[in-house]
Amino acid sequence: MALIETVNIGQKYGGQYILKDVNLRINRGEVFALIGPTGAGKTTLLRLLDLLEVPASGSVYFDGMDVTANKSLRLQARRRMSFVLQKPAVFNMSVYDNVACGPRWRREKDATIRQRVSRALELAGMAEYINRNARTLSGGETQRVAIARALAIAPEVLFLDEPTANLDPISAAKIEEVLAHIIGDQKTTVVMATHNMSQGQRLAGRIGVIMNGEVLQIGSPGDIFSTPQKKEVAEFVGVDNILSGVIVNRDNELVTIDVNGSIIQAISDYPIGEEVHALIRPEDITLAPRKDASSARNTFEGRIARIFPVGALVRVEVACGFSLFAVVTKRSAEDLSLTVNKRVYATFKATAVHIIKRWH
Amino acid sequence: MTELWDGLVTALKLIVSLNPEVMEIAGRSLAISATSSTIAALICLPLGAVIHSNKFPGKRTLINIVQTLFSLPTVAVGLFVFVLFSRAGPIGGLDIMFTPVVMVIGQVILISPIMLGLTVSALSGVDKTIADTAISLGASGFQTAVITLREARFAVLAGLIMGFGRAISEVGLSLMVGGNIAGFTRTITTTISLETSKGDLELALALGIILIVIALVINLVLNRVQQK
Repeated sequence: MALIETVNIGQKYGGQYILKDVNLRINRGEVFALIGPTGAGKTTLLRLLDLLEVPASGSVYFDGMDVTANKSLRLQARRRMSFVLQKPAVFNMSVYDNVACGPRWRREKDATIRQRVSRALELAGMAEYINRNARTLSGGETQRVAIARALAIAPEVLFLDEPTANLDPISAAKIEEVLAHIIGDQKTTVVMATHNMSQGQRLAGRIGVIMNGEVLQIGSPGDIFSTPQKKEVAEFVGVDNILSGVIVNRDNELVTIDVNGSIIQAISDYPIGEEVHALIRPEDITLAPRKDASSARNTFEGRIARIFPVGALVRVEVACGFSLFAVVTKRSAEDLSLTVNKRVYATFKATAVHIIKRWH
Repeated sequence: MTELWDGLVTALKLIVSLNPEVMEIAGRSLAISATSSTIAALICLPLGAVIHSNKFPGKRTLINIVQTLFSLPTVAVGLFVFVLFSRAGPIGGLDIMFTPVVMVIGQVILISPIMLGLTVSALSGVDKTIADTAISLGASGFQTAVITLREARFAVLAGLIMGFGRAISEVGLSLMVGGNIAGFTRTITTTISLETSKGDLELALALGIILIVIALVINLVLNRVQQK
């Protein structure tokens, strides 16, 4: 049985739906990440799951109980969860008192409260700040106090809304370290919203992609990043090459796709005549100055249209009748002497192409 | 001018020598105003939290009405309380007219809009994520209201002090419903009014100085509170 389940929940503000028909099952002990662009409805969904808001439609179940509207049941259920808001607010009191709030509101004994606060602050790496006024802390420290405060109630479910957004890389890494520790140590069910795909990939066991108030795909990080089911998901998870075409031939699982006169070979079950998108991740494309005797079925000759650095990598756009984007390391770009207008061969395997049906 | 100067010197002597009449009147004023302020605070703090944390039709209008009543004339409240508690009034049977009790009731009516309006305003100034954080940490409605009030404590306290200041400085209400009875309902302001009309400036000036000192202390406390 799922620990949290939503059945067709929706939420609207000012008469407009922000979330539509969301069906989710969060299992006990799992780490579930909601990823999606800013404004997709991630925070609203977390607020509904944490029972901070009542949905405009649908039902929320917690541990088998319908907690959609009953005030007393909602408080009971909420006391088994905690939520770290995107911009956490700390109360104008000491770090100790901030972290002790949750257990105090549950009328825990003083000795239990002291023990829980100490443990939570240690976990969050904030033990030395115990007597500081929480309002005097930096953004990263405030975030860690908020995490400690959420952990002090020993929640069955921990909700995290963009836990590292607006933090510098060092503070973000510290928070992620704390989270990884909690995930590995506590057996707490964690539901986190993030627009940082790699963070979702690193921390979560399952990912749900949410866009425009709808959950478009749920699956393992591998599924989401390698085999997105919709064009919007593919675009969001960084599949730069989305080519529209029609299947014109098939030989068992190997299909031939006509992309504006260019032919791509891929593995797919779709029949001849099906209009499809061919998705190719840029890191699956190799560039070479000469045509190699490679086993890869797809090789296109073209000229480099643009080159631009992306962190430690270089993104290369090759014009070969259509645009293909590839990423190579800076070192490779130098070794291959990649420059704009240089003639190159872009190669990728048939298995690197993920085919999805095109919806009009 | 000499008369005024002599009056001022005598007034200071009355204060320094802790003149029993001056001390008794000042003590009664403080007691009545402190009681009315405490009662009004006990009503207005929870009521303000309820108004702030609930959505209901006409909320904005209610807040506007409360704010309008900040400048409620003391004689209007005096008249209302007089009509209510006089022998012929609807609750005249309580027989509390011209007693400190009815003065306290009148002052509660007078200062409640100030305390209520400023409490709601103080709570509105608290970041909404404070309440969300409390709820998400498992606080009940009451616990959420308490932590929100705690966060707004300096602004709320300023509202309470303003209410006390209005209570201790009003004169019309106390005269009308208290009757200015010596040794029973006579307060600083009613004594100043009476003694000035009699031309007996020494006592009036002494009490006036005490009232100004109280106002000064209130102002200093208010400034300290608002700086936090």
